[in-house]
Amino acid sequence: MKKGKPYALRKSHSEPGPGDGGRTGSWRVLRPVIDPEKCIPAKKNKKACFSCWLYCPDGVVTKTLLPAIDLEYCKGCGICAEECPADAITMVEETLLIMEEDK
Amino acid sequence: MPAKTTVLNLTEEEFVHPGNRACSGCGLSIIYRIALKALGRDTILVVPPSCLTVLQGLYPIAATQLPCLNVTFASTAAAATGVLGALRAQGREKTTVAAWAGDGGTADIGLQALSGACERGENFIFFCYDNEAYMNTGVQRSGTTPRHVLTTTTPITGKPHRSKDVPAIMAAHGLDYVATASASYPIDLYDKTIKAKALYGPRYFHIHTPCPAGWGFQPDLSVKIGRLAVETGLFDLYEIENGKFRLTGKSAKMLGKKRRPVRDYLKTQSRFKALTNDHIEAVQHEVDIKWAGYENTCQPSPTA
Amino acid sequence: MHIIESGNVAAALGVKLAEAAVIAAYPITPQTPLTEKLSELVDAGEMDAQYIPVESEHSALAVCIAASSTGSRTFTATSANGLLYMNEQLHWAAGARLPIVMCVVNRGIGAPWTVWNDHQDAISQRDTGWIQLYACDHQQIFDTVLKAFRLAEIVSVPVMVCYDGYILSHTYMPFELSDDEQVRKFLPPFKPDYYLDPACPKNLNTVTLPDIRPDVRGETAPGYMEIRHNLHTDMRKSLDVITDIEKEFKDIFGRGGFPFIEPYRVNDADYVAVCMGSLSYHLRDVIDKLRDEGVSVGVAGLRVYRPFPDKAIADAFSHKKGLIVFEKALSYGNQGALFADIKAALYAKTDRPFVRNYILGLGGREIKTSELADALRNSCRPSSATTDRPEWIGLKM
Repeated sequence: MKKGKPYALRKSHSEPGPGDGGRTGSWRVLRPVIDPEKCIPAKKNKKACFSCWLYCPDGVVTKTLLPAIDLEYCKGCGICAEECPADAITMVEETLLIMEEDK
Repeated sequence: MPAKTTVLNLTEEEFVHPGNRACSGCGLSIIYRIALKALGRDTILVVPPSCLTVLQGLYPIAATQLPCLNVTFASTAAAATGVLGALRAQGREKTTVAAWAGDGGTADIGLQALSGACERGENFIFFCYDNEAYMNTGVQRSGTTPRHVLTTTTPITGKPHRSKDVPAIMAAHGLDYVATASASYPIDLYDKTIKAKALYGPRYFHIHTPCPAGWGFQPDLSVKIGRLAVETGLFDLYEIENGKFRLTGKSAKMLGKKRRPVRDYLKTQSRFKALTNDHIEAVQHEVDIKWAGYENTCQPSPTA
Repeated sequence: MHIIESGNVAAALGVKLAEAAVIAAYPITPQTPLTEKLSELVDAGEMDAQYIPVESEHSALAVCIAASSTGSRTFTATSANGLLYMNEQLHWAAGARLPIVMCVVNRGIGAPWTVWNDHQDAISQRDTGWIQLYACDHQQIFDTVLKAFRLAEIVSVPVMVCYDGYILSHTYMPFELSDDEQVRKFLPPFKPDYYLDPACPKNLNTVTLPDIRPDVRGETAPGYMEIRHNLHTDMRKSLDVITDIEKEFKDIFGRGGFPFIEPYRVNDADYVAVCMGSLSYHLRDVIDKLRDEGVSVGVAGLRVYRPFPDKAIADAFSHKKGLIVFEKALSYGNQGALFADIKAALYAKTDRPFVRNYILGLGGREIKTSELADALRNSCRPSSATTDRPEWIGLKM
């Protein structure tokens, strides 16, 4: 007696992938902007600090000499800006930045 | 002797996908992201209904990159037991089993199963992320909600009862390893998880989890507020290893020093709005007595 | 080889031969000797299984759900309030499509407390999505446990094997204990289509939305309603699987052959008593006596309650003059559960028998053969009609 496909694919199994909540970048009211002249790893040109990477709840910051933020998914919580010891990150109004980009 | 963990050498590998439904600034997101770096890929997770259920994604997409079993609310530790039983039966015992539950799923509805699993000596790590209320269902009071706190079921005069000391309950089971940790001290959490992973038997983590939506503060302050809880001596970072209590990290460094007043922490969150000055003084007094006790019994750890 | 043992031990030996790998159970009368026997077998090294002494029935089924999801064959057992304590998990196991097997040693439910037999425990769980099988004697307990594992693993639906507390669980009967070789021929090792594995990570049984939704590859994945629809249709399909398994079992073991209805003097009977569990054998003596009196009656033991074998029932009984349904349970405020289901199965037939209902044996109330005989004498008449409501046998006040 065969146990074929008819019985197998009946279950609620989810597979890993990004964006379960959609493009969570759309949640942002404020966008983090990093000043490369204040950012410690950027201005020292060597790996250092990375508090923004450490504390980001969504893991959307890269550990690069100027940390990059994945704006597709950054929710704009502002923890990176609050925790940055060099005050290198400013939370800027998203709508203003979008208007700038559209120009 | 392994190198000291720092931000620089902490792995960049991520185990949680972005674009998930956790709130902006969620303390659990930080905890989960960091702890999974310590647990690694050879892990099976068990998760009851909780904020983590939602973070991990709605069917059919999973934000978690590890195999995970969602279970009924009361059964987390029993389900972890079942996973372990099957792994033993199949000779797959190297795989780590990690249960993740909120304060409700740990210490209220989940306490019976957790107690049973600990009594049976099950070989799992149980992480309680304590955001001090039933946050997933809308901020209703829980057994770990502190006294006087406003929640949706204690909305005016605040919770009349004190919170349960869950790590003490767990330690009373004779576990080899009980630890507290905080979203605001991720390296401390990482190190403790690595340490726990190398041990055998039930290991328990109680992790303070700031919650902007439930506690009433702006999301950018999650880490700062969690830090204040530790700096004011309200939440302490410690380990209880084989019955021996030891403060760790920031809390250990605070021994013998002046602490920030609890008011600094309480004034940051609207959930504490019902506290009168008398209440705040009573809280301060309790914290002072607790720390006086630490001064008597704790030696500063050489690795603090 | 033939042995003489209790019904509980018959079940335990079935589980042993089925090579369940993870067993979790919480003691409750009258199931206790079953789980004691299993823990003894494991402790003595006669059974290679993980025996987990959980702290509640809810946890017992939690362990089974998790162990089954991780790829092991699992088993638990309970009765009455223990079954109800795990009610939430029953729904969970069925919705998660896990091939868990559980023995329910039928006992009445509190309040007030009773430890004695009736069927309310299992009957009250008929809507959970579990397959429900009833055993009538010790041989059937042993055989049905083996069949249950096979069935569950083919259709990915959990299976409940029900047998009467005390009447079967604690009495001793001879039965054939099959050998390992035969069982291995009948029951291959458990090969789940998915099990929790870090090499292939998935998130199981998470929150669904009301609507369908694309998955990570952009393909449409079923929603909650489709998943539930699948459970129902697979349960209906399992009726055919039950028939196939019964034939396979008979071919290998030389026993059985009645997948749904076990008849006794039914073929030539005008009237048929219908019931589940040991009562169907108890009734055989009554049938013989009534036949001697000239009453054209037989008894049919129903072996499968869920999925409900409505076609088999309609085929077997639609041309009979009358059915008399004896039940040790009921749907309060309405009528006997089996009574209602049988009427529904016959409703569409233009030619159908009258159906009458007797409730008896609740909380272990003694069932006297004389009372059964009287009930059948009263019912098995050409003038009888279908009753609206059940009549009760054995009430004393």
